[in-house]
Amino acid sequence: MASEVEKKAVFDIDSAKEVVQELRASFVAGKTKDYEWRRTQLKAMLKMMDENEPQIVAALRDDLSKPELESSIYEIAMLKNSCKLALKKMKHWMMPEKAKTSLATFPSSAEIVSEPLGVVLVISAWNYPLLLSLDPVIGAIAAGNAIVLKPSEISPATASLLAKLVANYMDSSCIKVVEGAVPETTALLEQKWDKIMYTGNGRIGRIVMAAAAKHLTPVVLELGGKCPVIVDSGINLQVATRRIIAGKWGCNNGQACISPDYIITTKDYAVELVDSFKCELERFYGKNPLESKDLSRVVNSNHFARLLKLLDEDKVSSKIVYGGERDKSNLKIAPTILLDVPQDSLIMNEEIFGPLLPIITIDKVEDSFDLINSGTKPLAAYMFTNNKKLKEKFVEKVSAGGLVINDTTVHLAEPTLPFGGVGDSGMGAYHGKFSFDTFSHKKAVLYRSFAGDAPLRYPPYTNGKLRLLKALLGGSILGIIRALMGWSKA
Amino acid sequence: MEKSIAELRETFKNGGTKSISWRKSQLKALLQLINQNEDSIFKALDQDLGKSPVESYRDEVGVLKKSVTYTLSCLEKWVAPKKAEVPLLFFPAKAEVMPQPLGVVLIFSSWNFPFTLALDPLIGAISAGNTVLLKPSDLAPACMSFLVETIPKYLDNKAIKVVAGGADIGERLLQLKWDKIFFTGSPRVGRLVMAAAAKHLTPVTLELGGKCPAIVDTLSTTPSKAKVTAKRIVGGKWGPCNGQACIAIDYLLVEEKLASTLIELLKKTIKRFYGENIKSLKSISRIVNEHQFQRLVNLLKDPNVADSIVYGGSVDEEKLVIEPTILLDPPLDSEIMSEEIFGPLLPIITLKNIEESINFINSKSNPLVIYAFTEDETFKKRILSETSSGTVTFNDSMVQFLCDSLPFGGVGQSGFGRYHGKYSFDTFSHEKSILHRGFYPEIEPRYPPWTDFKLLFIKLAYEFDYFGLILLLLGFKSS
Repeated sequence: MASEVEKKAVFDIDSAKEVVQELRASFVAGKTKDYEWRRTQLKAMLKMMDENEPQIVAALRDDLSKPELESSIYEIAMLKNSCKLALKKMKHWMMPEKAKTSLATFPSSAEIVSEPLGVVLVISAWNYPLLLSLDPVIGAIAAGNAIVLKPSEISPATASLLAKLVANYMDSSCIKVVEGAVPETTALLEQKWDKIMYTGNGRIGRIVMAAAAKHLTPVVLELGGKCPVIVDSGINLQVATRRIIAGKWGCNNGQACISPDYIITTKDYAVELVDSFKCELERFYGKNPLESKDLSRVVNSNHFARLLKLLDEDKVSSKIVYGGERDKSNLKIAPTILLDVPQDSLIMNEEIFGPLLPIITIDKVEDSFDLINSGTKPLAAYMFTNNKKLKEKFVEKVSAGGLVINDTTVHLAEPTLPFGGVGDSGMGAYHGKFSFDTFSHKKAVLYRSFAGDAPLRYPPYTNGKLRLLKALLGGSILGIIRALMGWSKA
Repeated sequence: MEKSIAELRETFKNGGTKSISWRKSQLKALLQLINQNEDSIFKALDQDLGKSPVESYRDEVGVLKKSVTYTLSCLEKWVAPKKAEVPLLFFPAKAEVMPQPLGVVLIFSSWNFPFTLALDPLIGAISAGNTVLLKPSDLAPACMSFLVETIPKYLDNKAIKVVAGGADIGERLLQLKWDKIFFTGSPRVGRLVMAAAAKHLTPVTLELGGKCPAIVDTLSTTPSKAKVTAKRIVGGKWGPCNGQACIAIDYLLVEEKLASTLIELLKKTIKRFYGENIKSLKSISRIVNEHQFQRLVNLLKDPNVADSIVYGGSVDEEKLVIEPTILLDPPLDSEIMSEEIFGPLLPIITLKNIEESINFINSKSNPLVIYAFTEDETFKKRILSETSSGTVTFNDSMVQFLCDSLPFGGVGQSGFGRYHGKYSFDTFSHEKSILHRGFYPEIEPRYPPWTDFKLLFIKLAYEFDYFGLILLLLGFKSS
């Protein structure tokens, strides 16, 4: 009973302050720095996921109608892997890194020590509400921080499950979940954090960074963008199509930051491509995709209305070549392909984040690079080609967070690659060791001894000292000898 | 001004700054600029700050020459993509991380090291392939003019520009969209820079300041070590621009019983280095301007603070000189103990036990550097693990600045981001991840319609349980 009353109380600025104070006290007391503490928290998280898989799958179904396979794999299995990797490598990541020293500071030794930043805030998104909440938390724990997690209110079942599970399995004096919407997030953003990580859209990203600026808090912003797919001819079209489908509709029905947003292909190849899509889409989702159990729904009526607006725009609705069906009561839109929508249409000027896939045609494949670079930098860019020169040009010319050649989205599962954006798609990166680094301060340490104290460092300054200094900073032994002998000019 | 920036964007878009040969040519030209204008640089620094040529060489010219030379020798290595490991599951695949320039970057530099703090970040930005707008501080006007006039004579005007002006120009620049902003200066302005950057989602590096303490625990070792300690403290306080440096020693922490020994040693060293009194002061910079002079003089106005002066305290307003001044235990709540001093005043705080210095330091916000003069290995470990700062230097002062392999930057209120050496290159780059895949083999369970078999397959795949996968495929595992 008492906890119900607590939950109903408003979480305002004072509540936020209290939470931060409590976490800061825990941090200062050294709780989170301890290696054993970090290990037990990560193990607790693994246990939490092992023992609650059905509940997690059910919550994701409630919030997103996410198919069980997507929940098990893209949320739970990926998180477990991330946890296991951190458990395995954490000790190694925590070790200081030796740094070279030069003649200028001889004799000395140097190293770079990783230390936790302190009390960090993780704000996650609604589309992968478990993964995008706990994956950053894994990094923050591994790096030794105290954490507040603010899951998205647009996926409320998962948010409250997270709050319940984290309170039951993890150390609540150091790791807390705060549920809520705009007022609660605003209250949290007023506080002073040692780092803020935000996953979501650019509009809120700007608000987060502006709030962080007041306290000089560094931020990681994982945003989005229009992730293009360039499709060249002379490839295995079936495999390419399937991989695009898996990355688009297979990832929360296109509601993912790295989902293929639109396709660019040559005028000559477009018809074949569309046919291949039609064939594979039917093979995957059947003749009535609105009834397929293997597709997530559109998350809520706001987004549903937003997507219909993109689809029903005059100059766009006539370009549908496949799909277009919708079911308002179940918030479902069928996989829809459009061919050659105008460049100035709404659908080509905002991140789609849904099951609509426009195909833009151009004369030569090389023209696609300029087209992509004319927009803002996306989180990911994809290209299907067997042409080595084109691959090289793609890698060189297209600026995006990450690139994949001959597949889509799989780089997310690669912990040795930093995952993050550039320009409008964000700043900072994480996954694997990059998560540990992003929540650490890399402290430089220089050890000097008392031997070798060169009087030339100190005043009174003379020409002789200037000569020697020049030689010393120039780093050549010969130069130093010459200077000592008085043979070089000041 | 908007036209200049449009030109920078155009140059970047056309790939004018991409090639390694362009970057190298610019770096070489910068080296030439420094080599051929050493005397003018010394003159400008003397005019703006009263810096002696040795100090100017040691802290500005020499540092820059070293930085350019190091960058030139490592550039090809830094630009090369780095391979990343790929698990068997993805076979055949190749993964790598490739650094790319961010685009058009804005560099704000400070007045106290007007060449180093302008050109060292510039070296990083050029090496990473960006176009740059440099806005030096107008509080060092001779140096600013020098940069405005000389850079266009040596470097590619279409890619690297310098703009003169004060706070109003700075504000106008902040309204525009940049791909990165690099700022060296005070936390107050740092906040404004970051808030402006937030509007465009521009990443920033903020090199700020703080009160850099020096823990002194070597006075009771040997007389020669004590002497060297004193020299390094004095050299680390008044040596860099007369205390007007983000990494200058701000205050000292020492055990009560050793305070008088310390003060005597410091006095002797100060006299030897800089002269007997304010009239005969040499080899030391002056205060940059009237405003800073007044600020520092005001720190001494509080009678409780003035009472704690044990050496120095004289000022010469006409010449903008304040002599090296030592204070013993000024009140902890006075401004001199809560603000970054950034000048030639050195408070000494005494403690019963030197280990208390850790709590003392932690009661203040994270500084850029913590200096600790100690030979006690346990104490060193405690300092490292129980305090937080950008850098920690044991048994010396200032020299960490010369170490290209150490990242230079702050944490907390002293800033975020870092540079020097490869870190400069990285700070102006985007590390793009790239995954190359082949079309074969194809893994059917990737695709719907979903079945229990496919679910089990992927679960095993994600656990990299290759043996389990084989069993599943051979029909020995049930889904």
